[in-house]
Amino acid sequence: MEYEVTVNHPEGLHARPASDFVEAALKFESRIEVRLDDKTANAKSILSLLKLGIEQGQRVVLRAEGPDAEAALSELRRILENRA
Amino acid sequence: MSTLTGIGAAPGVAVGPAILIRELPKPERKTVPPSAMAAEKERLAAALRRVRTELTDLQSRISPELQGVIRAQLLIMDDPELIDAIESGLSDGKNAEWAVEEAADGFVRAISALNNEYLRERANDVRDFARRLLAALMHLPLPAIRPPTAGIVIAKDLTPSDTAGMDVTKVLGFATELGGPTSHSAIMARAAGLPAIVGVSGLTEAVNDGDIVVLNAETGEVIVNPSAAERAAYEAKAEQNRIWFGKRQQDARLPAESVDGRRVELAANIGGPHDVSAALQWGAEGVGLFRTEFLYMRQSGLPDEEEQFVAYKTVAEQFKPHPVVIRTLDIGGDKELPYLPMPAEQNPFLGYRAIRLCLDRQDLFKTQLRAILRASAFGNVKIMFPMVSTLDELRRAKRALRESADELGMAELPETGIMVEVPATALLADAFAAEVDFFSIGSNDLIQYTMAADRGNQAVRHLYRHLEPAVLRLIARVIEAAHRAGIPVGMCGEMAGDPQSIPLLFGFGLEKFSMSAAALPQARELIRSLSYEDCRKLADRALACREYAEVAELVSNGCASG
Repeated sequence: MEYEVTVNHPEGLHARPASDFVEAALKFESRIEVRLDDKTANAKSILSLLKLGIEQGQRVVLRAEGPDAEAALSELRRILENRA
Repeated sequence: MSTLTGIGAAPGVAVGPAILIRELPKPERKTVPPSAMAAEKERLAAALRRVRTELTDLQSRISPELQGVIRAQLLIMDDPELIDAIESGLSDGKNAEWAVEEAADGFVRAISALNNEYLRERANDVRDFARRLLAALMHLPLPAIRPPTAGIVIAKDLTPSDTAGMDVTKVLGFATELGGPTSHSAIMARAAGLPAIVGVSGLTEAVNDGDIVVLNAETGEVIVNPSAAERAAYEAKAEQNRIWFGKRQQDARLPAESVDGRRVELAANIGGPHDVSAALQWGAEGVGLFRTEFLYMRQSGLPDEEEQFVAYKTVAEQFKPHPVVIRTLDIGGDKELPYLPMPAEQNPFLGYRAIRLCLDRQDLFKTQLRAILRASAFGNVKIMFPMVSTLDELRRAKRALRESADELGMAELPETGIMVEVPATALLADAFAAEVDFFSIGSNDLIQYTMAADRGNQAVRHLYRHLEPAVLRLIARVIEAAHRAGIPVGMCGEMAGDPQSIPLLFGFGLEKFSMSAAALPQARELIRSLSYEDCRKLADRALACREYAEVAELVSNGCASG
């Protein structure tokens, strides 16, 4: 399952938002990936995520495979979009 | 006695014995034969267990604001990619220290190469973790900054977990060889009111445990083993600062009211959400200038409506019910934005920028206007247009605002005003006052345009002065026009926070003073000591002056209430 998401955190996906994201990803069984342009990171790896260097306003593709893929994508997307 | 210099990262003065934080010795890199590999893996596992205990212990005793640091460390510890990288090093026959160093280095290098400063800072989290794990492997105690007696911490660098775990009651300040003003330790120092100096070359060689050290963050000096007289002088200053810092925190809630009862509004200028907490801490009664350029200053392209909306809304909510004045985009050819090509200009400051650019790019302008309008439902939001120089520009901007509101189905508009910074607008202030809800005087640019002098140009800097008679007359004229039209007038340039100018501005009848958060306490204290009546008289006399020197003398004789 895939979703395209626009990241909505003023300082990019660093520190607290990244921690929130990874902690949420860790709750799910599914294998989850984040893709920015042609680079992919394991959503459960905070370092790989930081390496991607996701900035405010960038579009990423969230992809999950496994029994709870849908729930995972839904929650992770919410965190990235930082909706009011 | 010796003096070293660095950059003051957190203000203040401190004197005390040095508490030296030693670096770990360089770990040994060895090849491990296959027969010893299992034992090596167990050694690594034991070290990881020690690290987990340390981190969870730290987590249990530090304050809520610092929890994020340890949380990040724990996530790094469990990071599957890091674990893979270390295990891969082990399988290659490297000893645990070697494998850990290499794995960490890889991530540190990659993260340090990122474009974004906030993201680059995170490389320190990786170094922090690696250092902790290496200390565990080498069976060395990790320096925990919990000294028996108060002193000044001296280190090559302070990692986020160093500062998170620091016993702040025993730390008078710190100095490091590395690090910058945005590092975690600098942020923490500022919040705790401790002086900090970073980037001090040669620091760890020059200082020994127990040396007496003076930190003077204003000058960036670290003085080692000062003379008795110097030491006494600095100690007195440090004590004064401590009292003052405490008192200012208390006084931050007091109203900016003169001794004869005239109240003005003290607000903060902010450059983004990162400035909000300092503004709140120092008692800002709202935001007089919310600079929106930070949203546009990046590589990835124009900020869309959603991300702008979230940024504006967050700030509006944090200051509610106080007003937040959002200024529309004030950018031009001097900033190179890869996604917004602008014509090469001889003189970008007199060029195609700010409202001129926005009126030409209605797509860009209305995106911002819509985001601001949507955010206005969540707080007390006002809109302000920069660099307006004709009534026509103002009317076109207001039309774009009205159209954006219509697109959103909004009937009512937030209060709308202009920055008064172009001399043409100041001279025609009466006409503008009839068509806006408020003025905000942008003294920085107003002075530059009026004196035709670039404050950044050493050769003509001397012409840029707040107390120039021409500048004062122009400002007084603007304030008067606002009063006659019955609209409020504030100032958001540096002059609003300048102690020499404040009595005059107060005397002219300025109602709102917006400045950087750090300037608020002094401005508040000053206004509370003034007599409005005296300031009015002083202001009248200043308007009769013909030369800077006359004004300067007038002001130095002061008008605090007798």
